[in-house]
Amino acid sequence: MNEKNKPILEVKGLKTHFTTKRGVSKAVDGIDFTLHKGETLGIVGESGCGKSMTSLSILRLIPSPPGKIAGGSVLFKGKDLVTMPEGEMREIRGNEISMIFQEPMTSLNPVIPVGEQIAEAIRLHQKLGKKAAWEKSVEMLRLVGIPSPEKRAKQEPFQLSGGMRQRVMIAMALACTPEVLIADEPTTALDVTIQSQILELIKDLQTKIGMGVIMITHDLGVVAETCDKVAVMYAGNIVEYASTEQIFANPKHPYTQGLLDSLPKINEDVDELKTIEGSIPSPYNMPSGCRFASRCPYKEEMCTSHKPELIEQNDGVKVRCWKYTDEWTGTIKKEEVV
Amino acid sequence: METTAEKKIILEVDHLKQYFKVKTDSLFKPKTFVKAVDDVSFQLFEGETLSIVGESGCGKSTTGRAILRLDEPTDGQIFFAGKNILELSKKEMRKLRGDLQVIFQDPFASLNPRQTVKQILDEAMAIQEVVAKPQRMDRMLELLRYVGLPPESLDRYPHEFSGGQRQRIGIARALAVNPKLIICDEAVSALDVSIQAQILNLLKELQKQFQLTFLFISHDLSVVRHISDRVMVMYLGKVVEIAEKKTLFDSPLHPYTQALLSSIPTLDPTLKRERIILKGDVPSPMNPPSGCRFHTRCPFAMEKCKTEEPALKELDRNHFVSCHIAENLPQ
Repeated sequence: MNEKNKPILEVKGLKTHFTTKRGVSKAVDGIDFTLHKGETLGIVGESGCGKSMTSLSILRLIPSPPGKIAGGSVLFKGKDLVTMPEGEMREIRGNEISMIFQEPMTSLNPVIPVGEQIAEAIRLHQKLGKKAAWEKSVEMLRLVGIPSPEKRAKQEPFQLSGGMRQRVMIAMALACTPEVLIADEPTTALDVTIQSQILELIKDLQTKIGMGVIMITHDLGVVAETCDKVAVMYAGNIVEYASTEQIFANPKHPYTQGLLDSLPKINEDVDELKTIEGSIPSPYNMPSGCRFASRCPYKEEMCTSHKPELIEQNDGVKVRCWKYTDEWTGTIKKEEVV
Repeated sequence: METTAEKKIILEVDHLKQYFKVKTDSLFKPKTFVKAVDDVSFQLFEGETLSIVGESGCGKSTTGRAILRLDEPTDGQIFFAGKNILELSKKEMRKLRGDLQVIFQDPFASLNPRQTVKQILDEAMAIQEVVAKPQRMDRMLELLRYVGLPPESLDRYPHEFSGGQRQRIGIARALAVNPKLIICDEAVSALDVSIQAQILNLLKELQKQFQLTFLFISHDLSVVRHISDRVMVMYLGKVVEIAEKKTLFDSPLHPYTQALLSSIPTLDPTLKRERIILKGDVPSPMNPPSGCRFHTRCPFAMEKCKTEEPALKELDRNHFVSCHIAENLPQ
């Protein structure tokens, strides 16, 4: 139990900036979270909120230049990945921390049989002979539920369906029994019936191997189904960080509330959907106050002038919003007096 | 059918087939076809929203394209306002496209990047000759107001807009020619949820205002549930179920529809549902299974399903299902 309480991955104040002709884009701007063994953390947000950049930063896969990790640390079992030499980093990547991407076709080599590609990953990190690695790769394909894996291992990616390709990616990611799996929109390109198969598979393998999973997605349904904890991101910041139950039962940040309200529900009829007015601020020109202020229905003067911090509430939920601070209670009282 | 008498049919698709030839590697091998849409019939009533749902490759988009005659159908008939549109000449068809508009998934790919919004809207009106030249400016401003874009947008290019705004331009262009029927092919699928909600509201509002009929093609069942009056589920080129929205979502009869509905993630983490997880993948439409096309993945498949193709039957009022098992269930 003690082992379980020790975080395997700790992200502290991580900042990833891109320097372009138009200026500095702060894609990830100071985020903190922790991941424990066997736990699934969801990172949700809309396009451009920095969720994918966060995952790429953890593995130091940011295209550089123009990208750069501008600050913060990523502690994996106590070691900082940000300052680690590239050689050591390579040993961790794909071995202790693995990643699956949204589009398996672009991450697989189109002219090499899939079994060989998995075997290559195994041989890179483990001292196994060619034959043993091949056998292990067939075994991995069987583990992820591919029928007749001996035959499939010899096939090239185009001969497999989308769902099967994603299974191959998972097989490759798990071949070295990683301690952390980062899944970046693993089911977004898949049909719903295949999506439920893949999510079930990840959950299943997670309990078998006991790895921590970071699930990056824009789909709140996927989060509700799979995650233990959720970090909601908006414009490069985490705006709310809580357990999945708390987020869905009692969302605190106006953005989280808006996000949940704007989803059409499968078991509920409404005439008109609630929307969040406006659109996200440009990453080159972030407002100095709360980044959500221009779209927020509760906006006060202080929101546009001062940026709120991510503050833990009594129930353990962390939220970045002035509404949940003493200062806000002050403004309310002032209003009431007037 | 009772509703046929009550409501006016605007579009009738009758035994539509759309086969695509596949290249074979030898001259002597028989020609093979992808049967993208295989014998599909349905009706669309004036002012309603009918959704077509299904997974990739089920033929939902192909059906939409066939109605617009963007692909020439292999067989079948399509009647729009009583006219068989497959018999129309190119010129007559172009004229008819004023009544039949489409909104695509990717608004960036369907808008000319070198045209300003003004040129885009102007061209649409000029081709259909719906508005005389002097009145076009007023009409354009009116259109922008309908879709919620500022008047300054007229002189800007598509790349200057966000995804949601571009979709609004696409909608304005569709509206420019006073259409009766709009086919929305995955019109909100590429948008973020908060923007998606804005566009869905806009579509609903415009439908009320202009008495539009929508054929809404989507893979997203929660969106479909929100916007539709009736829903049609397709699997491998066939219609498996058509029903009123409420009936379909509350009491689906086809095992595929049941599985599809149960695989949607819910937003309530405390709710642990009994989920039907289908085994395997969708079979290739080049070589579809014999009998009922779903039998390879169906949890209830019987011997009969492997050999005999089920017909689409009205099992309940306005509830059509093609399934041997559902047929024999006590009502």
